[in-house]
Amino acid sequence: MLGILVNMEKFSKIKGIAAPMLSSDGNQFSMMINIDTDMIIPKQFLKTIKRTGLGKSLFHEMRYDFEGNEIESFILNKDIYRDSKIILAGNNFGCGSSREHAPWALLDFGIRVIIAPSFADIFYNNCFKNGILPIQLSEKLIKEISESALKGNELQVSLSDQIINCDNKEFSFEIDPSNKNFLMEGLDDIGLTLKDTNLIDSYEKDADNNLPWYTL
Amino acid sequence: MTEAKTIYDKIWDAHLVADKDNYSLLYIDRHLIHEVTSPQAFEGLRMAGRNVRHPDKTLAVADHNVPTTDRSVEIEDEESKIQIEALKNNCAEFGINFIDMSDIRQGIVHIIGPEQGFTLPGSTIVCGDSHTSTHGAFGALAHGIGTSEVEHVLASQTLIQKKAKNFKVEIVGTLTDSISAKDLALSVIGAIGTAGGTGYVIEYMGNAVESLSMEGRMTLCNLTIEAGARAGLIAPDQKTFDYLKDRPLAPKGDIWDKAVSYWKTLPSDPGAHYDNSIKIDIDNLSPLVTWGTSPEDVIDIDGNIPKPEDIEDEAKKNAIRRSLDYMGLEAGEPIKGTKIDKVFIGSCTNGRIEDLRAAASIVSQNKVSDHVNAIVVPGSGLVKAQAENEGLDKIFIEAGFEWREPGCSMCLAMNADKLLPNERCASTSNRNFEGRQGRGGRTHLVSPKMAAAAAIAGCLADVRDFS
Repeated sequence: MLGILVNMEKFSKIKGIAAPMLSSDGNQFSMMINIDTDMIIPKQFLKTIKRTGLGKSLFHEMRYDFEGNEIESFILNKDIYRDSKIILAGNNFGCGSSREHAPWALLDFGIRVIIAPSFADIFYNNCFKNGILPIQLSEKLIKEISESALKGNELQVSLSDQIINCDNKEFSFEIDPSNKNFLMEGLDDIGLTLKDTNLIDSYEKDADNNLPWYTL
Repeated sequence: MTEAKTIYDKIWDAHLVADKDNYSLLYIDRHLIHEVTSPQAFEGLRMAGRNVRHPDKTLAVADHNVPTTDRSVEIEDEESKIQIEALKNNCAEFGINFIDMSDIRQGIVHIIGPEQGFTLPGSTIVCGDSHTSTHGAFGALAHGIGTSEVEHVLASQTLIQKKAKNFKVEIVGTLTDSISAKDLALSVIGAIGTAGGTGYVIEYMGNAVESLSMEGRMTLCNLTIEAGARAGLIAPDQKTFDYLKDRPLAPKGDIWDKAVSYWKTLPSDPGAHYDNSIKIDIDNLSPLVTWGTSPEDVIDIDGNIPKPEDIEDEAKKNAIRRSLDYMGLEAGEPIKGTKIDKVFIGSCTNGRIEDLRAAASIVSQNKVSDHVNAIVVPGSGLVKAQAENEGLDKIFIEAGFEWREPGCSMCLAMNADKLLPNERCASTSNRNFEGRQGRGGRTHLVSPKMAAAAAIAGCLADVRDFS
């Protein structure tokens, strides 16, 4: 099937509970930095040949003890955060491996938005392929939103308006227009690229002449 | 006068299929696949009724899951077996070259690409694996992609991309016997941090980089992703051409000569623009080791473990506390002398012949400490054969190391090679993340010589005390 094929849920407005990923010394909290893809989905769950079913293993080592029991203190094990749709975190979220199992696990759990001051490149890109919106906001604003989320307040994220509503406050965010479009339309980018097959054909013809050493 | 370009600009321009409104379509010359990040891509193709556009431009090998013990027996782990079978079957269905586990060429995807001459200067190379940056050592634009992008490349031989910024990393000074490419890479990560390269392609240059062998350059580029940049590259030179000439998949005859002429035009032009730059002098560099759970947690082997109270940034302070707790270390204590349980020599970072030679030079005439379990996992069947040819296997075995079959092994512990909770490992791999080498396992990233020194001493040791 060529052309535009809806292969993921279109992204419009998301309203729900946000789970702040915190590190704390007991007095002051701060957002947890460098949440890597090994933390998001450890390697033993990469042996699947499917995209689904990874939600139960999301953040496995922080979420379950060695016997497989839930660790009470972990945010997603606390009652109101079990249905979180949004994650709040610190710098460099998603660093590490290119495993798309990381966004698959987040999505399967129900996460549609991740808000962090910065993201690792490959993870960031993978989010858009799976209907997850990564939002970059300053650490200060994320702490402010986290304080509200810790009181159990819901967040509303509107991609079309590029606005986050929280506790009667509004926060705007930036996003690349093509990424926004892919998410809003739920576009199949392979279908879109294959519409340009003539351009690929023409590139290959030129390359076979000009750069023949790359032809196998 | 045309605009001065970096090598990244040049490769980008030569591979541009189309410039769209907000993105570009980039042609991909070479695609490497392995068993972990490809099955869902093939499934996607089947579901959409799509074909592989250029099966000859993709090369497949199983590496992440493969056992490193006796290959003549069946794989015990059912899921691993299924995943490896799936890769084999998918390759057969779509006509893709697959290097089987029984083939001497089998090995870690980033080791076999260069070995086979699949990796070429000026080419675009992708793989569903973040350490694809390794191939940048040849002056290729190489980076990791997700599985959706693997599917995109299989279907169209292109990738939707936005151009990254240029980051110049100049490394100057003289390498010594105790300082390797691994130390250079760790010093870069320590200097710019694990997010320092986000949004950039790094170009490494300077006399220290030029003096590295191709193996050393691969180690340096391999670790680029740990500094946040998806790709790192080094301008090709005579060493690059000498390494590639006559490799099975490299161009031959007249085409080779023309290719070399073209490759000589790739180095960045004088005056080319870089959006960021850093200069690192290695003349007083000590061998490095990581103490924490991020590759940026780098200290000199004769240094002390940092104290959280010395750090101003609250998030970093808390991250250090968490790392210290996970690693079972005391702030302010020397790192040297920290007792270890295991040693792992191998991975796409340090599993090449030069790495094994370096480690063997320290191991020779010594014994692995009684309480240490040490393994050497060559990066490929060809590396293993070469090492055996040079008698390195005997040196390792006589010292008490286990000599294994090639694969990713304990770098990410998807197979049976892993750390037990609280076990501490001196490892030549690339990530010291929590749980990376096994849940609760504690990883210290070091060079091959430093890993060898640790195996003998039974603790984190200074390789300079062994020479």
